[in-house]
Amino acid sequence: MYETKYHKAGSLDNATSLMGSADDGKYLGGGMTLIPTMKQRLAAPSDLVDLGGIADLQGISTDGSTLTIGAGVTHAEVAGSSDVQGAIPALAALASHIGDPHVRNCGTLGGSIANNDPAADYPAAVLALGATIKTNSREITAGDFFNGMFETSLSDDEIIVSVSFPIPEKAGYAKFPNPASRYAMAGVFAASTSDGPRVAVTGAGQDGVYREDAMEAALSADWSPAAASGVDVSADDLMSDIHGTSDYRANLVKVMAGRAVEAAG
Amino acid sequence: MTTINMTVNGKAVSGEVEDRTLLVEFIREGLRLTGTHVGCDTSQCGACVVHVDGKAIKSCTMLAVQADGTNVVTIEGLANGADLHPVQAAFKENHGLQCGFCTPGMIMSAADMIERYDGKLDEATIRAELEGNICRCTGYHNIVKSIQAAADEMSKSA
Ligand SMILES: Cc1cc2nc3c(=O)[nH]c(=O)nc-3n(C[C@H](O)[C@H](O)[C@H](O)COP(=O)(O)OP(=O)(O)OC[C@H]3O[C@@H](n4cnc5c(N)ncnc54)[C@H](O)[C@@H]3O)c2cc1C
Ligand code: FES
Ligand code: FES
Repeated sequence: MYETKYHKAGSLDNATSLMGSADDGKYLGGGMTLIPTMKQRLAAPSDLVDLGGIADLQGISTDGSTLTIGAGVTHAEVAGSSDVQGAIPALAALASHIGDPHVRNCGTLGGSIANNDPAADYPAAVLALGATIKTNSREITAGDFFNGMFETSLSDDEIIVSVSFPIPEKAGYAKFPNPASRYAMAGVFAASTSDGPRVAVTGAGQDGVYREDAMEAALSADWSPAAASGVDVSADDLMSDIHGTSDYRANLVKVMAGRAVEAAG
Repeated sequence: MTTINMTVNGKAVSGEVEDRTLLVEFIREGLRLTGTHVGCDTSQCGACVVHVDGKAIKSCTMLAVQADGTNVVTIEGLANGADLHPVQAAFKENHGLQCGFCTPGMIMSAADMIERYDGKLDEATIRAELEGNICRCTGYHNIVKSIQAAADEMSKSA
């Protein structure tokens, strides 16, 4: 790891001012992506501004129609929260299958979506549920937030504060984990919402997470596993790598979609 | 350099570290507690697992400065003098190790999972909970057996 200077921010204002005076700084969430990347010298921030001590980024709350989760809440906390289990059980289940127990004890919701790894789990839930991302300066809808692989509409010094998920009638998530990394080879989040069915796919698309429109249409006519897995999925815009071809992934998307709808009930 | 203070295995310690120093480097090189191992560069093997403020974490993926002010327990802190911790005893009894490289991390993960599940563990849960710990020798079978035995033993005496 290259040299870096560590700062622990006590508040949002403190964090942005520390970032403002840094040469080439980065925010530090749970460190589960950033620290491995720095160890491999693929990132070399001059300064790290740790968000772990900011109270505004903590907490889970629900008002009956919306579930709000702080950006600094860990995967383990989401998985174990009775509020999340009650409001959106599929989200708690998703969090309980991210990485391993040690990663879940540190990694955060904010860090995961800020990173927007094309194989990460949370982006599928955020997009399928039509969540709103609240930052220190504005609110961004999920559709406007994810901008392709590892890209988001966040500016360099912007901090995600919380994510608000409209509570769906029902929802399910299914992923086919890469046997070594446990990241999604394909993961599908399907939700039945007041705006109709919404389906988002992670792990498969060349541009990261995306909505599968044809599946949404099929599910609005018939909410069933067979309707979801019966949709033709084109391999054209899907990833091909040593783990699987785009045709293989296209088939995985169909199978995972069927399982997601089945899990939703 | 930054001065850090923490409690390690019940003892107050302090040290001067570079901000980029990993917690595992501070534990092994600063404190000379070499029971905690480093088995990979990718945060995947779990040989480095320790408990920070009661939570199992990978000490190769946390900076030492992040652990300033915390309470850390390493493999050296589990036994009570000459009396092995029940998880250590179960690994010994059930041949839960061969070369022993992964063992410190396995035992720290096991102690954490037994605590979180209040000793109520079955084979499928143990295997799922071992997702972040890799063993190149045993084929896991006797590790799972050891953790099951320790969980049963600890819930009996609780
Ligand atoms: C072994 C292993 C297995 C994993 N498996 C999976 C998996 O199966 N599925 C999965 O989805 N993920 C997986 N992950 C990644 C994990 O979920 C990370 O927690 C997540 O990607 C990053 O979150 P973090 O809090 O650790 O962020 P960090 O690593 O601290 O930061 C990541 C990026 O986000 C930025 N950032 C962090 N917080 C904020 C914020 N509040 N506002 C703005 N920017 C912010 C940082 O500046 C950095 O650029 C795995 C990681 C490891 C090490
Ligand atoms: S050394 Fe920490 S996970 Fe491998
Ligand atoms: S006993 Fe050798 S790596 Fe596990």
